[in-house]
Amino acid sequence: MARIENLGFAAPPPFADGEVLRAEVRAFLAEHLPRRASTRGVGSWGGHDRDFSRKMGARGWIGMTWPRRYGGHERSALERYVVLEEMLAAGAPVTGHWVADRQSGPLLLRVGTEAQKQAILPRIAAGECAFCIGMSEPDSGSDLASVRTRAAPVAGGFRVNGTKLWTSNAHCSEYMILLARTGEAGEQRHGGLTQFLVDLKATQGIAIRPVHNLAGEHHFNEVVFQDVFLPAANVLGEVGSGWQQVTSELAFERSGPERFLSSFSLLVELTRALGADPSERARIALGRVVAHIITLRRLSRSVAGMLQAGANPAQQAALVKDLGTTLEQEIPEIARQLLDAEPDRASAQDFVTVLAHTMMNAPSFSIRGGTREILRGMIARGLGLR
Amino acid sequence: MSETRELVREAAERLFEKHCGAETLRRADGGEFPQVLWRALTDAGYTAALVPESAGGAGLEMSDALSLLVSAGRHAVPAPLAETMLAGWLLSSANLAVPDGPLTVAPVREGGNAGDTLIARRDGAAWRIDGTARRVPWARQCGTIAVLAESGGENLVALVAAADCEIRDGHNLAGEPRDDLVFVGSKSLLAGVSPISTAGLRALGAVMRSAQIAGALQSVLETSVQYARERVQFGRPIGRFQAIQQNLAVLAGQAAAATAAAEAAIEAAPQALDSPAVAAAKIRAGEAAGIGAAIAHQVHGAIGFTQEHRLHYLTRRLWSWRDEFGNEAYWARRLGGEVAAAGADRLWHSITAVG
Repeated sequence: MARIENLGFAAPPPFADGEVLRAEVRAFLAEHLPRRASTRGVGSWGGHDRDFSRKMGARGWIGMTWPRRYGGHERSALERYVVLEEMLAAGAPVTGHWVADRQSGPLLLRVGTEAQKQAILPRIAAGECAFCIGMSEPDSGSDLASVRTRAAPVAGGFRVNGTKLWTSNAHCSEYMILLARTGEAGEQRHGGLTQFLVDLKATQGIAIRPVHNLAGEHHFNEVVFQDVFLPAANVLGEVGSGWQQVTSELAFERSGPERFLSSFSLLVELTRALGADPSERARIALGRVVAHIITLRRLSRSVAGMLQAGANPAQQAALVKDLGTTLEQEIPEIARQLLDAEPDRASAQDFVTVLAHTMMNAPSFSIRGGTREILRGMIARGLGLR
Repeated sequence: MSETRELVREAAERLFEKHCGAETLRRADGGEFPQVLWRALTDAGYTAALVPESAGGAGLEMSDALSLLVSAGRHAVPAPLAETMLAGWLLSSANLAVPDGPLTVAPVREGGNAGDTLIARRDGAAWRIDGTARRVPWARQCGTIAVLAESGGENLVALVAAADCEIRDGHNLAGEPRDDLVFVGSKSLLAGVSPISTAGLRALGAVMRSAQIAGALQSVLETSVQYARERVQFGRPIGRFQAIQQNLAVLAGQAAAATAAAEAAIEAAPQALDSPAVAAAKIRAGEAAGIGAAIAHQVHGAIGFTQEHRLHYLTRRLWSWRDEFGNEAYWARRLGGEVAAAGADRLWHSITAVG
């Protein structure tokens, strides 16, 4: 019988120096995040706090792996992983730089022009510049290749018309990386797409409208482009290579610690509320969840190691996200069976408020960054079934 | 994976492929001890993999030795390889010579009211063992048993002849012997004090079962994927249907999680048998065993539910191994108790300390 090699996970690389950095990050968090995580951390990247991002930038914890000449710090992917997971576990407000640090910056590094890199990367690394992702549209969710937003060539650049939807944090971002159609799709459906760098603050013709989620929170936006002129210098990468660029970006989006720590604040508050000597049933439930997190963390660090080594573990990343989001969604269901409390966002008890927030955010965990079904389809491809 | 471990695993795969085929599994299922396979395991040094080189062992690193059991699990090896390794480790810890042939250990189940605590008392130069040990793996097919008994607050390891205790036959779901042993003044052939406690013995047993489960799940996944590619219904291979693909993706996730959890425990065990990684491995692999076996059977349909098909050699072991050396609830109760006692503000520290 053939062994299934596509879905192999290398052991996470040994990383003894990480503990020094971990202690630094914990000291930083103790100083700058004195209040308990509570509701800010729900969804693990729920908080947008420019001051906090600037402080992290000043410590050299944004763009950690990038070249120094672009404001980076030339540290390893594993060092970066330590900073990320410590921030998430503490429920730190990292939204202001998360997307730029994770995928927009690395994309710019890979395919951006020298001018684009010099203009933008140092600002991201300083915590001064937030990015949003202009991929989804009203009729293009999982089926990204069907995007209809069109960038038509005109003198000196492109004229863009169309609507992006579910654009998280567009209202507090400096830039969007826009995926638009510049040519025919072709038989594979993946041709004719191009990515653009869009300055949301300085470009005429862009309307950003809030789409409130079921919890009443404003993360999503609808972003309408009406005859928006983008100069040719704003093309990101190659015209027509948008699909390849987007799919390579997604491997980075899928395997990080944000894919299993979204409900961690709730687990902390549950542990606090259960006390030091909980019932046998509670111990068993708690022990099981901790075992899952220990295992997910190993899988996730394994993917980080493979990315560091230059591999393309897209299928492994999909698998980690599927397992991670399943656990994240289970945690509120477990918590509510262990303590007799009604979820209420306005409660004075931390456990009750965090339970309420987590429960209402949980549906998004297995939708954002690729739905569960799409991810499982990718895993099936790794198994050679499609 | 280290280079040594890769080589050890590759050699083990070749050995198992050669000596652990369908006929061997079928005969072992009928109660026949697989002599040819056993000789191959002994000749390769696997049975003494946890015995130090100075004591005649294979001289493998403990982690490399334990990772052999992932391969053994892949092939549903129907022999007391893990148990003989465990007995060798236990006897060596008390500086006792390790006899040839298949070995097992007792006790394997938790002590307490149900009474799996074995007591040793001195009798001249030897020791006498009293007590009952339930569900001892392969006992009736082992000539000698490495017993871990209590003696005045110390852990005494004694080698006892199987003929010197009463054996009540039992089986796990895979048909492997799991016998109750009654020791009534059973006399030690060799004895010595050991730093290993019954908790430590159970922990290493749990690491071994986690490794075997991980291997068996890898095989279950491969068998299921292969079947889904070959079985045609409604005019196409069933693996072309999204419903089947999604289920197999879940199975792949469970196999990957069990493997990662087992590997973490294999790395942690040589340093600390009380590492949370050990508990996490048995919890996670045990959970994956049930989910994975269920999906594999669903994919295989009726044929997978028959004796002719080899799937049951794997799934019946998964259903057995997950409950041996402590099931998920047993280990989760311990791990949950530890993190609760450490407190909410130490929860993340407890997790990152595992490495």
